[in-house]
Amino acid sequence: MATRSLPFLILAMIGLLIANLMFGAVSIPFKQILAGLQTGNEHYFTIHEYRLPRTILAMLVGAMMALAGALVQGVIRNPLASPDVLGVSHGAGLAAVFYMTFFPNADISWLPAVALVGSLVAALMLWWLCGSHSSTIKLAITGVALAALYASCIDFLMLVKPLEINNALLWLTGSLWGRGWNQLAMLLPWLLLIPFALWLAKPLNLIHLGDDSAISLGIKANKLRLASLAIAVGLTASCVAICGPIGFLGLVAPHLTRKLVGGRHQILLPATMLVGAILLLLADLVARTIDPPIELPAGIMTAIIGAPYFLWLLLRTK
Amino acid sequence: MSLSTHNLSVGYHDTAIVKQVDLTIPEGKIIALLGPNGCGKSTLLKAMARILSPMDGQVHWQGQNLHGIASKKLAQQLALLPQTQPIPEGIKVKDLVAYGRSPYTGFWGRISKEDHDIITQVMQETGITELAEQLVSELSGGQRQRVWLAMTLAQDTPYLLLDEPTTYMDLSHQVELMHLLRKLNLQGKTIITVLHDINQAARYCDHLIVMKKGKIVTQGSPDSVLTQRLLKEVFSLSAQIHQDPIAKTPMCVVE
Repeated sequence: MATRSLPFLILAMIGLLIANLMFGAVSIPFKQILAGLQTGNEHYFTIHEYRLPRTILAMLVGAMMALAGALVQGVIRNPLASPDVLGVSHGAGLAAVFYMTFFPNADISWLPAVALVGSLVAALMLWWLCGSHSSTIKLAITGVALAALYASCIDFLMLVKPLEINNALLWLTGSLWGRGWNQLAMLLPWLLLIPFALWLAKPLNLIHLGDDSAISLGIKANKLRLASLAIAVGLTASCVAICGPIGFLGLVAPHLTRKLVGGRHQILLPATMLVGAILLLLADLVARTIDPPIELPAGIMTAIIGAPYFLWLLLRTK
Repeated sequence: MSLSTHNLSVGYHDTAIVKQVDLTIPEGKIIALLGPNGCGKSTLLKAMARILSPMDGQVHWQGQNLHGIASKKLAQQLALLPQTQPIPEGIKVKDLVAYGRSPYTGFWGRISKEDHDIITQVMQETGITELAEQLVSELSGGQRQRVWLAMTLAQDTPYLLLDEPTTYMDLSHQVELMHLLRKLNLQGKTIITVLHDINQAARYCDHLIVMKKGKIVTQGSPDSVLTQRLLKEVFSLSAQIHQDPIAKTPMCVVE
Protein backbone atom coordinates (compact mmCIF):
# COMPACT_ATOMS: atom_id res chain seq x y z
CA MET A 1 0.00 0.00 0.00
CA ALA A 2 2.81 2.34 0.92
CA THR A 3 4.71 2.63 -2.35
CA ARG A 4 1.57 2.18 -4.44
CA SER A 5 0.26 5.57 -3.31
CA LEU A 6 3.25 7.43 -4.76
CA PRO A 7 2.24 7.26 -8.48
CA PHE A 8 -1.24 8.53 -7.59
CA LEU A 9 0.21 11.42 -5.63
CA ILE A 10 2.53 12.30 -8.53
CA LEU A 11 -0.38 12.19 -11.00
CA ALA A 12 -2.51 14.37 -8.71
CA MET A 13 0.29 16.90 -8.45
CA ILE A 14 0.82 17.05 -12.23
CA GLY A 15 -2.92 17.47 -12.70
CA LEU A 16 -2.96 20.38 -10.28
CA LEU A 17 0.11 21.97 -11.89
CA ILE A 18 -1.75 22.02 -15.22
CA ALA A 19 -4.97 23.24 -13.59
CA ASN A 20 -3.09 26.10 -11.91
CA LEU A 21 -1.75 27.19 -15.30
CA MET A 22 -5.17 26.93 -16.97
CA PHE A 23 -7.51 28.56 -14.50
CA GLY A 24 -7.68 31.99 -12.93
CA ALA A 25 -9.34 35.28 -13.71
CA VAL A 26 -9.03 34.21 -17.36
CA SER A 27 -9.25 30.55 -18.38
CA ILE A 28 -6.69 29.41 -20.91
CA PRO A 29 -7.32 26.17 -22.82
CA PHE A 30 -4.90 23.33 -22.18
CA LYS A 31 -3.56 23.38 -25.75
CA GLN A 32 -2.48 27.02 -25.51
CA ILE A 33 -0.44 26.65 -22.33
CA LEU A 34 2.74 25.57 -24.08
CA ALA A 35 2.25 28.26 -26.72
CA GLY A 36 1.94 30.78 -23.90
CA LEU A 37 5.54 30.15 -22.96
CA GLN A 38 6.71 31.72 -26.27
CA THR A 39 7.34 35.44 -26.36
CA GLY A 40 4.81 37.30 -28.45
CA ASN A 41 1.97 34.89 -27.73
CA GLU A 42 -1.27 36.51 -26.54
CA HIS A 43 -1.10 34.54 -23.25
CA TYR A 44 2.65 35.06 -22.74
CA PHE A 45 2.25 37.54 -19.93
CA THR A 46 -0.40 35.54 -18.06
CA ILE A 47 1.36 32.19 -18.36
CA HIS A 48 5.06 32.97 -18.34
CA GLU A 49 5.22 36.05 -16.16
CA TYR A 50 2.37 35.35 -13.82
CA ARG A 51 1.00 31.81 -13.47
CA LEU A 52 4.08 29.69 -14.18
CA PRO A 53 6.41 31.12 -11.49
CA ARG A 54 3.54 31.27 -9.04
CA THR A 55 2.58 27.65 -9.69
CA ILE A 56 6.16 26.44 -9.30
CA LEU A 57 6.45 28.51 -6.14
CA ALA A 58 3.26 26.98 -4.70
CA MET A 59 4.58 23.50 -5.45
CA LEU A 60 7.98 24.16 -3.85
CA VAL A 61 6.70 26.07 -0.81
CA GLY A 62 4.06 23.40 -0.18
CA ALA A 63 6.64 20.64 -0.42
CA MET A 64 9.20 22.43 1.77
CA MET A 65 6.74 23.40 4.51
CA ALA A 66 5.38 19.84 4.61
CA LEU A 67 8.91 18.44 4.77
CA ALA A 68 9.75 20.83 7.62
CA GLY A 69 6.65 19.62 9.45
CA ALA A 70 7.60 15.97 8.94
CA LEU A 71 11.11 16.61 10.30
CA VAL A 72 9.74 18.34 13.40
CA GLN A 73 7.07 15.68 14.00
CA GLY A 74 9.74 13.05 13.49
CA VAL A 75 12.00 14.24 16.28
CA ILE A 76 9.37 15.69 18.64
CA ARG A 77 7.41 12.42 18.34
CA ASN A 78 4.16 14.28 18.57
CA PRO A 79 1.67 14.50 15.70
CA LEU A 80 0.61 17.94 16.95
CA ALA A 81 4.09 19.41 16.49
CA SER A 82 4.99 21.57 13.52
CA PRO A 83 7.04 24.73 12.85
CA ASP A 84 3.91 26.74 13.76
CA VAL A 85 3.71 24.99 17.10
CA LEU A 86 7.40 25.60 17.82
CA GLY A 87 6.95 29.34 17.28
CA VAL A 88 9.26 29.53 14.27
CA SER A 89 6.60 30.86 11.90
CA HIS A 90 5.30 33.38 14.41
CA GLY A 91 8.84 34.54 15.16
CA ALA A 92 9.21 35.38 11.48
CA GLY A 93 5.85 37.15 11.49
CA LEU A 94 6.70 39.25 14.54
CA ALA A 95 10.04 40.33 13.07
CA ALA A 96 8.30 41.42 9.87
CA VAL A 97 5.55 43.37 11.64
CA PHE A 98 8.12 45.00 13.90
CA TYR A 99 10.13 46.06 10.84
CA MET A 100 7.08 47.52 9.08
CA THR A 101 5.92 49.36 12.18
CA PHE A 102 9.14 51.04 13.17
CA PHE A 103 10.64 51.55 9.72
CA PRO A 104 7.49 52.45 7.73
CA ASN A 105 9.51 54.06 4.93
CA ALA A 106 12.08 51.32 4.64
CA ASP A 107 12.53 49.18 1.57
CA ILE A 108 9.86 46.45 1.46
CA SER A 109 12.25 44.11 -0.35
CA TRP A 110 14.12 43.65 2.90
CA LEU A 111 11.08 41.94 4.39
CA PRO A 112 12.18 38.38 3.50
CA ALA A 113 15.56 38.85 5.14
CA VAL A 114 13.93 40.26 8.27
CA ALA A 115 11.51 37.32 8.45
CA LEU A 116 14.43 34.97 8.11
CA VAL A 117 16.23 36.57 11.03
CA GLY A 118 13.00 36.44 13.07
CA SER A 119 12.50 32.71 12.58
CA LEU A 120 16.13 31.96 13.35
CA VAL A 121 15.94 34.02 16.54
CA ALA A 122 12.73 32.19 17.48
CA ALA A 123 14.46 28.85 16.95
CA LEU A 124 17.53 29.89 18.95
CA MET A 125 15.28 31.23 21.69
CA LEU A 126 13.59 27.82 21.91
CA TRP A 127 16.97 26.11 21.96
CA TRP A 128 18.32 28.49 24.60
CA LEU A 129 15.30 27.95 26.88
CA CYS A 130 15.21 24.18 26.48
CA GLY A 131 18.86 23.26 26.04
CA SER A 132 20.15 20.41 23.95
CA HIS A 133 19.19 17.68 26.42
CA SER A 134 15.58 18.66 26.96
CA SER A 135 12.66 16.30 26.76
CA THR A 136 10.46 16.45 23.71
CA ILE A 137 7.43 17.43 25.79
CA LYS A 138 9.30 20.43 27.22
CA LEU A 139 10.34 21.49 23.72
CA ALA A 140 6.76 21.34 22.44
CA ILE A 141 5.24 23.16 25.41
CA THR A 142 7.89 25.88 25.36
CA GLY A 143 7.32 26.27 21.62
CA VAL A 144 3.58 26.70 22.06
CA ALA A 145 4.14 29.28 24.81
CA LEU A 146 6.63 31.24 22.67
CA ALA A 147 4.30 31.13 19.64
CA ALA A 148 1.50 32.56 21.79
CA LEU A 149 3.86 35.27 23.06
CA TYR A 150 4.89 36.30 19.53
CA ALA A 151 1.26 36.26 18.38
CA SER A 152 0.21 38.56 21.23
CA CYS A 153 3.13 40.90 20.43
CA ILE A 154 1.90 41.08 16.83
CA ASP A 155 -1.63 41.87 18.06
CA PHE A 156 -0.26 44.56 20.37
CA LEU A 157 1.69 46.24 17.57
CA MET A 158 -1.37 46.13 15.33
CA LEU A 159 -3.48 47.82 18.00
CA VAL A 160 -0.91 50.50 18.77
CA LYS A 161 0.12 51.26 15.21
CA PRO A 162 -2.91 50.44 13.06
CA LEU A 163 -1.92 52.63 10.10
CA GLU A 164 1.52 51.30 9.42
CA ILE A 165 0.36 47.74 9.70
CA ASN A 166 -1.89 47.55 6.64
CA ASN A 167 0.94 46.34 4.43
CA ALA A 168 1.73 43.57 6.83
CA LEU A 169 -1.80 42.24 7.00
CA LEU A 170 -1.89 40.58 3.59
CA TRP A 171 1.58 39.16 4.08
CA LEU A 172 0.65 37.79 7.51
CA THR A 173 -2.17 35.64 6.19
CA GLY A 174 0.24 33.85 3.86
CA SER A 175 -0.27 34.49 0.18
CA LEU A 176 1.25 33.72 -3.19
CA TRP A 177 -0.24 36.88 -4.69
CA GLY A 178 2.21 38.92 -6.76
CA ARG A 179 5.06 36.43 -6.30
CA GLY A 180 7.08 35.76 -9.43
CA TRP A 181 10.44 34.73 -10.80
CA ASN A 182 12.35 36.98 -8.36
CA GLN A 183 10.90 35.22 -5.33
CA LEU A 184 11.42 31.85 -6.97
CA ALA A 185 15.10 32.65 -7.50
CA MET A 186 15.38 33.57 -3.82
CA LEU A 187 13.91 30.22 -2.81
CA LEU A 188 16.08 28.03 -5.06
CA PRO A 189 19.26 27.87 -2.93
CA TRP A 190 17.18 26.57 -0.01
CA LEU A 191 16.20 23.51 -2.06
CA LEU A 192 19.68 22.21 -1.19
CA LEU A 193 18.30 21.40 2.27
CA ILE A 194 16.06 18.67 0.81
CA PRO A 195 18.79 16.05 0.19
CA PHE A 196 20.07 16.63 3.73
CA ALA A 197 16.57 16.02 5.06
CA LEU A 198 16.25 12.78 3.09
CA TRP A 199 19.64 11.70 4.44
CA LEU A 200 18.01 11.65 7.90
CA ALA A 201 15.29 9.13 6.92
CA LYS A 202 16.90 6.12 8.60
CA PRO A 203 17.80 7.75 11.95
CA LEU A 204 14.34 9.41 12.01
CA ASN A 205 12.79 5.93 11.86
CA LEU A 206 14.80 4.93 14.91
CA ILE A 207 14.25 8.07 17.02
CA HIS A 208 10.54 7.24 16.55
CA LEU A 209 11.19 4.22 18.83
CA GLY A 210 12.25 6.42 21.74
CA ASP A 211 15.65 7.81 22.68
CA ASP A 212 16.72 4.69 24.60
CA SER A 213 16.16 2.32 21.69
CA ALA A 214 17.55 4.81 19.19
CA ILE A 215 20.79 5.22 21.15
CA SER A 216 21.03 1.47 21.63
CA LEU A 217 20.74 1.11 17.83
CA GLY A 218 23.67 3.47 17.35
CA ILE A 219 21.91 6.82 16.81
CA LYS A 220 23.16 10.03 18.43
CA ALA A 221 19.74 11.26 19.53
CA ASN A 222 20.65 14.84 20.46
CA LYS A 223 22.71 15.44 17.32
CA LEU A 224 19.87 14.09 15.18
CA ARG A 225 17.36 16.39 16.90
CA LEU A 226 19.60 19.41 16.35
CA ALA A 227 20.22 18.58 12.67
CA SER A 228 16.58 17.83 12.00
CA LEU A 229 15.26 20.98 13.68
CA ALA A 230 17.94 23.13 12.02
CA ILE A 231 16.91 21.90 8.58
CA ALA A 232 13.24 22.40 9.45
CA VAL A 233 13.93 25.98 10.59
CA GLY A 234 15.83 26.70 7.36
CA LEU A 235 12.99 25.32 5.24
CA THR A 236 10.29 27.16 7.20
CA ALA A 237 12.19 30.44 7.33
CA SER A 238 12.81 30.52 3.59
CA CYS A 239 9.16 29.74 2.84
CA VAL A 240 7.74 32.20 5.39
CA ALA A 241 10.11 34.88 4.10
CA ILE A 242 8.63 34.58 0.64
CA CYS A 243 4.96 33.74 1.18
CA GLY A 244 4.30 34.66 4.80
CA PRO A 245 3.27 32.04 7.34
CA ILE A 246 0.98 29.62 5.51
CA GLY A 247 -0.64 27.99 8.50
CA PHE A 248 -1.33 24.33 9.18
CA LEU A 249 0.47 23.01 6.09
CA GLY A 250 3.43 21.71 8.09
CA LEU A 251 1.01 20.12 10.54
CA VAL A 252 -1.60 18.57 8.26
CA ALA A 253 0.50 17.32 5.33
CA PRO A 254 2.84 14.97 7.26
CA HIS A 255 -0.01 13.66 9.39
CA LEU A 256 -2.20 12.94 6.38
CA THR A 257 0.74 11.31 4.62
CA ARG A 258 1.49 9.05 7.59
CA LYS A 259 -2.09 7.74 7.35
CA LEU A 260 -1.56 7.16 3.63
CA VAL A 261 1.88 5.56 3.40
CA GLY A 262 2.81 4.59 6.99
CA GLY A 263 5.62 5.74 9.22
CA ARG A 264 8.80 4.68 7.40
CA HIS A 265 10.59 7.93 6.61
CA GLN A 266 12.19 6.61 3.40
CA ILE A 267 8.69 6.78 1.90
CA LEU A 268 7.10 9.25 4.30
CA LEU A 269 9.46 12.16 3.54
CA PRO A 270 9.11 12.13 -0.28
CA ALA A 271 5.36 11.44 -0.03
CA THR A 272 4.92 14.31 2.44
CA MET A 273 6.52 16.70 -0.03
CA LEU A 274 4.07 15.55 -2.72
CA VAL A 275 1.08 15.95 -0.39
CA GLY A 276 2.28 19.40 0.73
CA ALA A 277 2.69 20.50 -2.89
CA ILE A 278 -0.77 19.14 -3.73
CA LEU A 279 -2.40 20.92 -0.77
CA LEU A 280 -0.85 24.32 -1.51
CA LEU A 281 -1.49 24.07 -5.28
CA LEU A 282 -5.11 23.24 -4.48
CA ALA A 283 -5.39 26.01 -1.89
CA ASP A 284 -3.97 28.61 -4.27
CA LEU A 285 -6.12 27.38 -7.17
CA VAL A 286 -9.30 27.68 -5.10
CA ALA A 287 -8.18 31.02 -3.64
CA ARG A 288 -7.66 32.45 -7.14
CA THR A 289 -10.76 31.04 -8.82
CA ILE A 290 -13.43 31.17 -6.12
CA ASP A 291 -14.48 34.76 -6.89
CA PRO A 292 -12.37 36.26 -9.70
CA PRO A 293 -10.88 38.77 -10.12
CA ILE A 294 -10.72 39.06 -6.33
CA GLU A 295 -8.17 36.75 -4.76
CA LEU A 296 -8.11 35.26 -1.31
CA PRO A 297 -4.76 34.52 0.33
CA ALA A 298 -3.85 30.84 0.10
CA GLY A 299 -3.09 30.94 3.83
CA ILE A 300 -6.79 31.48 4.53
CA MET A 301 -7.67 28.43 2.45
CA THR A 302 -5.15 26.22 4.29
CA ALA A 303 -6.47 27.55 7.60
CA ILE A 304 -10.07 26.71 6.63
CA ILE A 305 -9.01 23.09 6.04
CA GLY A 306 -6.24 22.99 8.63
CA ALA A 307 -7.91 24.43 11.72
CA PRO A 308 -10.74 21.85 11.92
CA TYR A 309 -8.20 19.11 11.17
CA PHE A 310 -6.02 20.36 14.03
CA LEU A 311 -9.01 20.40 16.40
CA TRP A 312 -10.05 16.91 15.32
CA LEU A 313 -6.51 15.73 15.91
CA LEU A 314 -6.44 17.43 19.30
CA LEU A 315 -9.74 15.86 20.39
CA ARG A 316 -8.76 12.32 19.48
CA THR A 317 -5.29 12.61 21.06
CA LYS A 318 -5.41 11.10 24.50
CA MET B 1 36.11 -8.61 31.46
CA SER B 2 34.06 -7.28 28.56
CA LEU B 3 31.61 -5.06 30.43
CA SER B 4 32.58 -3.41 33.69
CA THR B 5 31.90 -0.31 35.74
CA HIS B 6 34.55 1.60 37.68
CA ASN B 7 33.53 3.81 40.59
CA LEU B 8 30.38 4.56 38.59
CA SER B 9 27.93 7.20 39.79
CA VAL B 10 24.98 7.96 37.56
CA GLY B 11 21.48 9.39 37.88
CA TYR B 12 19.15 12.15 36.74
CA HIS B 13 19.31 15.93 37.13
CA ASP B 14 22.44 16.00 39.33
CA THR B 15 21.03 13.41 41.73
CA ALA B 16 23.07 10.23 41.78
CA ILE B 17 20.92 7.10 41.92
CA VAL B 18 23.73 4.61 41.38
CA LYS B 19 26.60 5.45 43.72
CA GLN B 20 30.25 4.50 43.18
CA VAL B 21 29.58 1.06 41.82
CA ASP B 22 32.42 -1.27 40.81
CA LEU B 23 31.08 -4.22 38.86
CA THR B 24 32.42 -6.73 36.37
CA ILE B 25 29.78 -8.59 34.41
CA PRO B 26 30.63 -12.31 34.28
CA GLU B 27 30.77 -13.22 30.60
CA GLY B 28 28.57 -15.89 29.06
CA LYS B 29 26.02 -15.97 31.87
CA ILE B 30 22.44 -14.92 32.48
CA ILE B 31 22.62 -12.20 35.08
CA ALA B 32 19.66 -10.81 37.00
CA LEU B 33 19.65 -7.35 38.56
CA LEU B 34 17.41 -7.46 41.63
CA GLY B 35 16.34 -4.97 44.25
CA PRO B 36 13.42 -2.91 45.53
CA ASN B 37 11.90 -0.05 43.50
CA GLY B 38 14.24 2.92 43.20
CA CYS B 39 17.36 0.94 44.12
CA GLY B 40 19.05 1.94 40.86
CA LYS B 41 18.95 -1.34 38.94
CA SER B 42 17.37 0.18 35.83
CA THR B 43 19.68 3.19 36.06
CA LEU B 44 22.72 0.91 36.24
CA LEU B 45 21.45 -1.02 33.21
CA LYS B 46 20.94 2.21 31.26
CA ALA B 47 24.44 3.38 32.13
CA MET B 48 25.85 0.08 30.87
CA ALA B 49 23.87 0.58 27.65
CA ARG B 50 25.35 4.14 27.35
CA ILE B 51 21.85 5.68 27.50
CA LEU B 52 22.93 7.68 30.55
CA SER B 53 26.31 9.35 30.86
CA PRO B 54 28.19 8.79 34.12
CA MET B 55 28.38 11.67 36.60
CA ASP B 56 31.52 10.14 37.94
CA GLY B 57 33.52 7.02 37.12
CA GLN B 58 33.32 5.04 33.90
CA VAL B 59 31.76 2.11 32.10
CA HIS B 60 34.25 0.03 30.13
CA TRP B 61 33.66 -2.20 27.15
CA GLN B 62 36.69 -4.42 26.53
CA GLY B 63 38.88 -2.03 28.47
CA GLN B 64 37.71 1.06 26.57
CA ASN B 65 35.50 3.86 27.84
CA LEU B 66 32.01 3.12 26.53
CA HIS B 67 31.41 6.72 25.46
CA GLY B 68 34.60 6.77 23.40
CA ILE B 69 33.50 3.93 21.10
CA ALA B 70 31.84 4.65 17.73
CA SER B 71 28.11 4.36 18.36
CA LYS B 72 27.36 2.15 15.35
CA LYS B 73 30.18 -0.25 16.28
CA LEU B 74 28.95 -0.45 19.87
CA ALA B 75 25.41 -1.09 18.62
CA GLN B 76 26.76 -4.32 17.12
CA GLN B 77 27.96 -5.40 20.59
CA LEU B 78 25.27 -4.25 23.07
CA ALA B 79 21.50 -4.22 22.61
CA LEU B 80 19.01 -2.79 25.09
CA LEU B 81 15.32 -3.57 25.48
CA PRO B 82 13.96 -0.55 27.41
CA GLN B 83 11.34 -0.91 30.11
CA THR B 84 8.74 1.17 28.30
CA GLN B 85 8.47 1.88 24.62
CA PRO B 86 6.45 4.47 22.72
CA ILE B 87 3.81 3.06 20.36
CA PRO B 88 5.01 3.94 16.88
CA GLU B 89 2.30 5.02 14.44
CA GLY B 90 1.98 3.43 11.02
CA ILE B 91 4.78 0.87 11.51
CA LYS B 92 4.27 -2.80 10.66
CA VAL B 93 5.67 -5.54 12.89
CA LYS B 94 8.13 -6.73 10.23
CA ASP B 95 9.37 -3.15 9.72
CA LEU B 96 9.97 -2.66 13.43
CA VAL B 97 11.91 -5.92 13.70
CA ALA B 98 13.91 -4.88 10.61
CA TYR B 99 14.92 -1.65 12.41
CA GLY B 100 16.99 -3.91 14.65
CA ARG B 101 19.35 -4.43 11.69
CA SER B 102 20.15 -0.69 11.55
CA PRO B 103 23.71 -1.01 12.94
CA TYR B 104 24.54 -3.16 9.90
CA THR B 105 22.70 -1.36 7.07
CA GLY B 106 23.77 1.62 4.96
CA PHE B 107 22.45 5.18 5.13
CA TRP B 108 19.13 4.37 3.42
CA GLY B 109 18.52 1.30 5.64
CA ARG B 110 18.31 -1.21 2.80
CA ILE B 111 17.90 -4.82 4.05
CA SER B 112 20.24 -7.50 2.64
CA LYS B 113 19.50 -11.21 2.19
CA GLU B 114 21.44 -11.98 5.38
CA ASP B 115 19.52 -9.30 7.31
CA HIS B 116 16.29 -10.81 6.03
CA ASP B 117 17.24 -14.31 7.23
CA ILE B 118 18.04 -13.01 10.72
CA ILE B 119 14.73 -11.10 10.85
CA THR B 120 12.79 -14.24 9.87
CA GLN B 121 14.64 -16.28 12.47
CA VAL B 122 14.11 -13.92 15.42
CA MET B 123 10.43 -13.56 14.52
CA GLN B 124 10.10 -17.35 14.71
CA GLU B 125 12.00 -17.52 18.01
CA THR B 126 9.73 -14.92 19.60
CA GLY B 127 6.57 -16.41 18.09
CA ILE B 128 5.46 -13.35 16.14
CA THR B 129 5.78 -14.65 12.56
CA GLU B 130 2.03 -14.51 12.01
CA LEU B 131 1.89 -10.89 13.20
CA ALA B 132 4.35 -9.71 10.50
CA GLU B 133 1.89 -7.63 8.45
CA GLN B 134 0.04 -6.10 11.42
CA LEU B 135 0.56 -2.58 12.69
CA VAL B 136 2.49 -2.43 15.98
CA SER B 137 -0.07 0.07 17.31
CA GLU B 138 -2.85 -2.54 16.98
CA LEU B 139 -1.18 -5.23 19.11
CA SER B 140 -1.82 -6.14 22.75
CA GLY B 141 0.75 -5.19 25.39
CA GLY B 142 2.20 -8.69 25.58
CA GLN B 143 2.43 -9.06 21.79
CA ARG B 144 4.10 -5.68 21.52
CA GLN B 145 6.65 -6.66 24.16
CA ARG B 146 7.58 -9.73 22.09
CA VAL B 147 7.88 -7.62 18.93
CA TRP B 148 10.28 -5.24 20.67
CA LEU B 149 12.24 -8.19 22.00
CA ALA B 150 12.49 -9.53 18.43
CA MET B 151 13.78 -6.12 17.30
CA THR B 152 16.44 -6.22 20.02
CA LEU B 153 17.41 -9.78 19.06
CA ALA B 154 17.66 -8.78 15.40
CA GLN B 155 20.50 -6.51 16.50
CA ASP B 156 22.43 -9.78 16.86
CA THR B 157 24.74 -8.66 19.66
CA PRO B 158 26.84 -10.82 22.01
CA TYR B 159 25.42 -8.82 24.96
CA LEU B 160 21.70 -8.36 25.65
CA LEU B 161 20.46 -5.86 28.25
CA LEU B 162 16.79 -6.27 29.18
CA ASP B 163 14.84 -3.97 31.47
CA GLU B 164 11.96 -5.94 33.01
CA PRO B 165 11.25 -7.90 29.82
CA THR B 166 8.38 -9.88 31.35
CA THR B 167 6.21 -6.82 32.07
CA TYR B 168 2.84 -7.00 30.26
CA MET B 169 3.33 -10.70 29.47
CA ASP B 170 1.00 -13.40 30.69
CA LEU B 171 2.54 -16.27 32.63
CA SER B 172 2.98 -18.68 29.72
CA HIS B 173 4.75 -16.04 27.64
CA GLN B 174 6.95 -15.19 30.62
CA VAL B 175 8.03 -18.81 30.85
CA GLU B 176 8.58 -18.92 27.08
CA LEU B 177 10.72 -15.81 27.32
CA MET B 178 12.89 -17.25 30.10
CA HIS B 179 13.38 -20.45 28.08
CA LEU B 180 14.31 -18.34 25.04
CA LEU B 181 16.87 -16.46 27.15
CA ARG B 182 18.37 -19.79 28.22
CA LYS B 183 18.57 -20.90 24.60
CA LEU B 184 20.23 -17.65 23.53
CA ASN B 185 22.65 -18.00 26.44
CA LEU B 186 23.62 -21.48 25.24
CA GLN B 187 24.38 -19.92 21.85
CA GLY B 188 26.94 -17.76 23.66
CA LYS B 189 25.08 -14.56 24.52
CA THR B 190 25.63 -12.77 27.81
CA ILE B 191 22.26 -11.60 29.12
CA ILE B 192 21.76 -8.96 31.79
CA THR B 193 18.17 -8.50 32.85
CA VAL B 194 16.32 -6.47 35.45
CA LEU B 195 13.70 -8.70 37.04
CA HIS B 196 11.09 -8.22 39.75
CA ASP B 197 10.26 -11.85 40.37
CA ILE B 198 12.97 -13.25 42.65
CA ASN B 199 11.92 -16.86 42.07
CA GLN B 200 12.05 -16.40 38.33
CA ALA B 201 15.55 -14.95 38.67
CA ALA B 202 16.68 -17.79 40.94
CA ARG B 203 15.33 -20.41 38.59
CA TYR B 204 16.57 -19.14 35.24
CA CYS B 205 19.62 -16.99 35.97
CA ASP B 206 23.19 -18.03 36.76
CA HIS B 207 24.24 -14.94 38.62
CA LEU B 208 22.24 -12.54 40.78
CA ILE B 209 23.24 -8.97 41.56
CA VAL B 210 21.24 -7.48 44.43
CA MET B 211 21.09 -3.71 44.83
CA LYS B 212 19.82 -1.36 47.50
CA LYS B 213 19.97 2.45 47.57
CA GLY B 214 22.34 2.70 44.62
CA LYS B 215 24.87 0.17 45.90
CA ILE B 216 25.47 -3.49 45.23
CA VAL B 217 24.65 -5.43 48.38
CA THR B 218 25.77 -8.84 47.22
CA GLN B 219 26.21 -10.93 44.10
CA GLY B 220 26.80 -14.55 43.15
CA SER B 221 24.94 -17.76 42.33
CA PRO B 222 21.28 -17.97 43.42
CA ASP B 223 22.20 -20.54 46.09
CA SER B 224 24.79 -18.30 47.69
CA VAL B 225 22.85 -15.04 47.37
CA LEU B 226 19.30 -15.88 48.42
CA THR B 227 19.11 -16.03 52.19
CA GLN B 228 16.45 -15.20 54.72
CA ARG B 229 18.62 -12.40 56.06
CA LEU B 230 19.10 -10.82 52.63
CA LEU B 231 15.36 -10.75 51.93
CA LYS B 232 14.81 -9.10 55.29
CA GLU B 233 17.61 -6.58 54.77
CA VAL B 234 16.99 -5.63 51.15
CA PHE B 235 13.28 -6.15 50.58
CA SER B 236 12.09 -5.85 54.24
CA LEU B 237 10.40 -9.17 53.69
CA SER B 238 9.89 -11.97 56.19
CA ALA B 239 10.31 -15.03 54.02
CA GLN B 240 11.66 -18.56 54.05
CA ILE B 241 13.97 -20.11 51.50
CA HIS B 242 12.92 -23.52 50.23
CA GLN B 243 14.11 -25.67 47.38
CA ASP B 244 12.14 -25.56 44.15
CA PRO B 245 10.86 -29.16 43.86
CA ILE B 246 11.46 -29.26 40.10
CA ALA B 247 14.46 -27.08 39.27
CA LYS B 248 16.17 -27.62 42.66
CA THR B 249 16.92 -23.88 42.78
CA PRO B 250 16.24 -21.72 45.85
CA MET B 251 12.75 -20.38 46.11
CA CYS B 252 11.46 -17.75 48.48
CA VAL B 253 8.11 -18.14 50.17
CA VAL B 254 6.69 -15.12 51.96
CA GLU B 255 5.63 -15.74 55.54
